[in-house]
Amino acid sequence: MAATQDKARKTKKSAPAVDQELLLAAYGKMLLIRRFEEKAGQLYGMGLVAGFCHLYIGQEAVVVGMQLAIGPGDEVITSYRDHGHMLACDMDPKGVMAELTGRIGGYSRGKGGSMHMFSKEKGFFGGHGIVGAQVSLGTGLAFSNWYRGNDRVSLTYFGEGASNQGQVYESFNLASLMKLPVVFIIENNRYSMGTSVERSSASRDLSLNGAPWGMPSFSVDGMDVLAVKAAGDQAVAHCRAGKGPFLLEMKTYRYRGHSMSDPAKYRTREEVQRMRAEHDCLDSAKKLLEAQGVTEETLKQLDNDIKARVQEAADFAQSSPEPDAAELWTDILVEA
Amino acid sequence: MAIDILMPALSPTMTEGKLAKWLKQPGDAVKSGDVIAEIETDKATMEVEAVDEGVLSKILVPEGTEGVAVNAVIGVMNAEDAAPVAPKPAAAPPMAAPAPKPAHAAVTSQELHDPEWGETKPTTVREALREAMNLEMRADADVFLMGEEVAQYQGAYKISQGMLDEFGPRRVIDTPITEHGFTGMAVGAAMNGLKPIVEFMTFNFAMQAVDQIINSAAKTLYMSGGQMGCPIVFRGPNGAAARVGAQHSQCYASWYAHCPGLKVLAPWSAADAKGLLRAAIRDPNPVIFLENEILYGHSFDCPVSDDFILPIGRAKIERVGTDVTIIAFSIMVDVALKAAEALESQGISAEVINLRSIRPLDVETIVASVKKTSRVVSVEEGWPFAGIGAEIAMTVTEHCFDWLDAPPVRVAGLDVPMPYAANLEKLALPQPGWVVDAVKKLF
Repeated sequence: MAATQDKARKTKKSAPAVDQELLLAAYGKMLLIRRFEEKAGQLYGMGLVAGFCHLYIGQEAVVVGMQLAIGPGDEVITSYRDHGHMLACDMDPKGVMAELTGRIGGYSRGKGGSMHMFSKEKGFFGGHGIVGAQVSLGTGLAFSNWYRGNDRVSLTYFGEGASNQGQVYESFNLASLMKLPVVFIIENNRYSMGTSVERSSASRDLSLNGAPWGMPSFSVDGMDVLAVKAAGDQAVAHCRAGKGPFLLEMKTYRYRGHSMSDPAKYRTREEVQRMRAEHDCLDSAKKLLEAQGVTEETLKQLDNDIKARVQEAADFAQSSPEPDAAELWTDILVEA
Repeated sequence: MAIDILMPALSPTMTEGKLAKWLKQPGDAVKSGDVIAEIETDKATMEVEAVDEGVLSKILVPEGTEGVAVNAVIGVMNAEDAAPVAPKPAAAPPMAAPAPKPAHAAVTSQELHDPEWGETKPTTVREALREAMNLEMRADADVFLMGEEVAQYQGAYKISQGMLDEFGPRRVIDTPITEHGFTGMAVGAAMNGLKPIVEFMTFNFAMQAVDQIINSAAKTLYMSGGQMGCPIVFRGPNGAAARVGAQHSQCYASWYAHCPGLKVLAPWSAADAKGLLRAAIRDPNPVIFLENEILYGHSFDCPVSDDFILPIGRAKIERVGTDVTIIAFSIMVDVALKAAEALESQGISAEVINLRSIRPLDVETIVASVKKTSRVVSVEEGWPFAGIGAEIAMTVTEHCFDWLDAPPVRVAGLDVPMPYAANLEKLALPQPGWVVDAVKKLF
């Protein structure tokens, strides 16, 4: 089964300009992330979600587009802004939301929180809280594919802020040297917390950051899910063919603060509103779908279904019990 | 004026080497900078360059001679009785007596906790480590070795000598000098089910990678609610070597032992090295394996059985005694045993515990011994503040305070960065006399 899927993936010709079924699925996934994050923000305001909570609102097209470019067995790893990635990997919104509320029904049994969730079954390897650390780890996921001689690919996401970390370049070097199958994806949302990319990076074109290692790369409109998918297809095919790593810079934008406690004084309201009005990934996808004749009714129904799913997740996250005190002492070491 | 050519020391810890090849013969003119001989140390083959100019008069140690002590006269230049003397190729050379074996080579300690493993043979710690990795890599295709110079160079300390030939470049992997990056890469591979052995050229360099070791390797199992294991071994020399200064001489035992989610082992003998490294590789958790450069060349009796393995978390009583318990790990076991010998002659019977495992700590063995002797001294090379000695003192206080006849005492390295000067370095590291003095104050 897996083998035939792999073959189909390799021999697939480039998709027609707009594949309606695919676009509708992508739209639904982006909408699920948007609604989920809005609900998470609400629960945070109610004191049900605590600690750090980094919302993905505005950036949905990046992870949804990339997910369309990979298949079963491929790995995904990212930073702490990870809710969207988990939903894109088809992890259960209930398990994600219950982790946000710190309940036993959460993916990490309430012991990880917003930044630390995993699902090996769904190919999601976290959820990492130290800026840049996941880049080396994602390179290691690619290493394991190389070691085992399979044709799986690791999608390794990080922000433009993390792209200033030393280990990112150590990983670029290692991956290029060993020709590891990893797509490095910079989600450039313009602000590393409160510091604009102009103030944090001397490099004016982050897509060139892989050039010293001979890594192919380019920039992508990260607000356009189809553009992301097309770029992802190209990068993933390169990796699967054993040609080594690929770097994609996704130009994107987050509408909310860095985390829930961010007053966002470093940018103007107008800037945020302009991005929402002119570049929103949901708006553009919706227009395309409408132009293709997808009815308002269909889209409304989709929205309602998603709202219901998210509400169900929120209810579960509040009704699932807190972990038993005994959980404190489990999962520290694997019993040999 | 005749000039003696001396066997050079080519590394900080070299005490003897093999004179592999003479590249000049008696009668040859030698200029300063000419390569006159090749010497094999336990780590590498090195060229010896002439310092003085003139004519090589005599070769006193023929090529092929092993165990030539550092500073032995191996040849003479510009001798007055100029007649060149060719050495007899196979004759035992006058100055080539093998260096005396370290005193502890004869120690065949009571295997109080180990089952009988049958036949043993003299084995260096270096060979034992290599054998452990070879055995585990033969048995499990998911185990691989990576690190700086482990493959083509055959290991910076020759631990991995020959492994590239046997296992190939996919399983014995040279990395660039990029500890943060390759450690993270190895941890990622372990999260995906492989079982990496990461060799740090020394643990000093692992500080570059400590975020990946603690935040990624040690904590992910917990943060994932048990989903994500990290079966990985981080190994390499730890602590002081000899004359390498402050940045290369530091004990990390208490640093790593502080962290839940890690196991921390510190072998002393070849049997420790072989048995514990095999256990570490098989363990499904991240294991910090702290070796000692000076011990690499030391020889011990080690079980030859391919099944030999030691349990993690069990200390070993290396010497039985009744009056005081001396607790040490790694090379400090040597210091403790020497102190115990000295105390014996002064009528004090010391029990010496080799911890082997720092985390988990074998509280049971420690407490049983202290209940018997009522006195305890810890010995470690690292700094005293918040060190392993502090942990042992507290453990004893918690578990057997009422049995103590005197307060627990620690012997540790001095609370200073390691100095380079020979005399100062010696003053900074625990000596048997320090332990003897500490013990005597308890009576």
